[in-house]
Amino acid sequence: MELDPLLLSRFQFAFVVSFHAIFPVFTIGLASFIAFLQALSFKTSNPQWEQLSIFWTQVFAVVFAMGVVSGIVMAFQFGTNWSNFSYAAANFIGPTLSYEVVTAFFLEAGFLGVLLFGRSRVPPGVHLFAACMVAVGTLISAFWILATNSWLHTPAGTELRDGVFFVTSWREAIFNPSFPYRFTHMAIASFLTGAFVVAGVSAWYLLKDRNVEANRKALSMCLWMILFLAPTQAVVGDLHGLNTFKHQPMKVAAMEGNWDTDVGVPLLLFALPDRELQANRFEIGIPRLGSMLLTHTWDGEVPGLREIDVEDQPPVWIVFFAFRIMVAMGLLMIGFALTGLWLRRGGRYWRTPWFLHGLRFMSITPFIAVLAGWVVTEVGRAPWLVYEILRHEDGVTPSLTGGMALFTLIGYVLVYLAIFSAGLYYLFGVLQNGIHVQDERLSDHADQAERPKRPLSATHVRFEHEET
Amino acid sequence: MEHFDLSMIWAVIIAFAVIMYVLMDGFDLGVGILFPFAPDEDARDVMMNSVAPIWDGNETWLVLGGVGLLAAFPLVYTVLLPALYIGVFLMLAGLIFRGVAFEFRFKAKSSRYLWNWAFAGGSILASFTQGVVVGSYIQGYHTEGLVYAGGPFDWFTPFTVVTGLGLLAGYALLGCTWLIMKSEGYIQEWAHNLAPWLLGAVLLVFVVISIWTPSVDPAAYERWFGDVRWIWIFPLLAAFSAIQIFRTVYKRKQVQPFLFTMLMFAATYFSLLWTRWPYVIPPNFTLWDAASAPESQLFLLLGILFVIPFILVYTAWAYWVFRGKVRVGEGYHH
Repeated sequence: MELDPLLLSRFQFAFVVSFHAIFPVFTIGLASFIAFLQALSFKTSNPQWEQLSIFWTQVFAVVFAMGVVSGIVMAFQFGTNWSNFSYAAANFIGPTLSYEVVTAFFLEAGFLGVLLFGRSRVPPGVHLFAACMVAVGTLISAFWILATNSWLHTPAGTELRDGVFFVTSWREAIFNPSFPYRFTHMAIASFLTGAFVVAGVSAWYLLKDRNVEANRKALSMCLWMILFLAPTQAVVGDLHGLNTFKHQPMKVAAMEGNWDTDVGVPLLLFALPDRELQANRFEIGIPRLGSMLLTHTWDGEVPGLREIDVEDQPPVWIVFFAFRIMVAMGLLMIGFALTGLWLRRGGRYWRTPWFLHGLRFMSITPFIAVLAGWVVTEVGRAPWLVYEILRHEDGVTPSLTGGMALFTLIGYVLVYLAIFSAGLYYLFGVLQNGIHVQDERLSDHADQAERPKRPLSATHVRFEHEET
Repeated sequence: MEHFDLSMIWAVIIAFAVIMYVLMDGFDLGVGILFPFAPDEDARDVMMNSVAPIWDGNETWLVLGGVGLLAAFPLVYTVLLPALYIGVFLMLAGLIFRGVAFEFRFKAKSSRYLWNWAFAGGSILASFTQGVVVGSYIQGYHTEGLVYAGGPFDWFTPFTVVTGLGLLAGYALLGCTWLIMKSEGYIQEWAHNLAPWLLGAVLLVFVVISIWTPSVDPAAYERWFGDVRWIWIFPLLAAFSAIQIFRTVYKRKQVQPFLFTMLMFAATYFSLLWTRWPYVIPPNFTLWDAASAPESQLFLLLGILFVIPFILVYTAWAYWVFRGKVRVGEGYHH
């Protein structure tokens, strides 16, 4: 069998970036949640806010550390596997990716240490400030990454001379047409992820009757947050989709499984898109709703995939199903948000076992939704690496052989599985250890003189779980 | 913009990041290399505690150098990374295992031996591959047009294996003299006894590489025996440092062996830069050939010049906080 370095490189990039993305998606939301808890703790004298903040800062430390470790590889992927693309786009992506790293370092040098270790050593106001700066810093990191990615979808502010992009306007290149939508969509996704994970963990503690007061408060906060954000995300996602419809109509055609340019197209609930046939099998849809959503008229014209050559079409069924998975997760989230609101009557939301069990399982849905969403947008861009300018096969490293690519693909999978298992195992230890009511400042004080100022030292939990 | 040679400024920044990385991550990688040979488990605790507070700060320089290359000298990034494809993977895998081992060894009890192996194995793998990269740089890279056109294992030759072993010994020496400075009692005694052997190994590799290099890279001979004579100050400085290391270790000094080892590394580094200057992708491309557009170099320069002072202050502060000896039973195991 002939090994295709291009396909393997795409798999490798997808694997590494998906694996890495799990961590920042969670930490961005969690950082803001911690900052909010700190603010509540600063404003009121209720010690439960601080207990919650201490606990979630420990979780943050572990996840942040795993995000950093898995992120180092990303800095080299562009060169090892996509050297022609990197050479062409370096004038733009070099500075933007570097600014992301610079932000992360600045954050680590300045504020992360204070957040993790400064609780009893700096005034509460300073500690709150550090927490806010960490939250802002994670968003700035996301800003640079999404500006870079959005430029691949809607390249602007650059011109191509002799196969190399030159930046003509930094403002237009960074704030390219799809960036505001992608950034908002992703930021809300991060907040939803943070809210659902915290809600799920709080629900688990409530089911076990542990720290009921504090966890009830955390759950209540998360449910309000979800109630506001989940429907907002649907609206923002729709706007993002309309932006994509304007700039990348063929991606939307793949999302909708729409092959023929037509008026009054249906909204397909299910279908089996077939590239050979250039049509769908087993279509189930709602008539005319597709046109309504995209053009805001019942018989608006929607371009179909047959407009372009087969080799310029994205792999339709991947985009089609990934989009439906994302939307299904979103609807499930809205469902839980409304159920939570209904259960507030009589304060049942924290005492209803089926709801709490449901929330436990819901903690995984934002991760599924985020990864599915990224599959939609990235696979939907195919075959273009830089939309309608540079194809994947023109961006790959010319000297790369299938064997080399296969070797590193398997290698990264093994390395990541090993560290992911260790990290997850440890994280469950932290969760089992739980929230502690007694004042941690005393025990904190005893060993902090010699304690290294690194993320994981913010937890006191052993690696091996012990029976207690 | 004509008043500044932005490429030159960037070359200085990246050269600075690289030497900072080599000196700083060098000694903590070295501690990892020496890990399996430590006298006992207490000594391993001390060794790891001596670098635990600072190692990840040390690695920031590697990432800064990596993305800095993409932004300022994209051609270096897009030729060297494909050329070193397998080596880069091995180095990253080594650094990842080692980093995770750092975090989890302190939290572990029954699985501690596993993390010991991950720490030592990762450190050795990362150090060796970095040394191989240095060797491949002296060898040069086969390019056609603007892309790498060599094979997947061009970086792995007898010559680069020797440079790999050389850096392994060099990092081990840095780690060893670091431990002389940071430890006491039987651990320090062990390090004092080990240092001369490591230095001997380093010097042996130096001699072999110096004799071998002209046949690998003919231009090197002309460069060293050409018009510019003051350049010999660097090899002489390295030789002087080596003698000083022997002398101060023999006299059981605490701090000087580490300082002279760093000086020896820095002098060797400048000698290496001179051997290839101003070629950043030997033998065909100079730093000006490899540069990105001036507006891109300038755009990032503003941010870098802002952040580097913060990183330096933070680093200095971390070293200051954790100054002094590390003792058995201290640190964060219980």
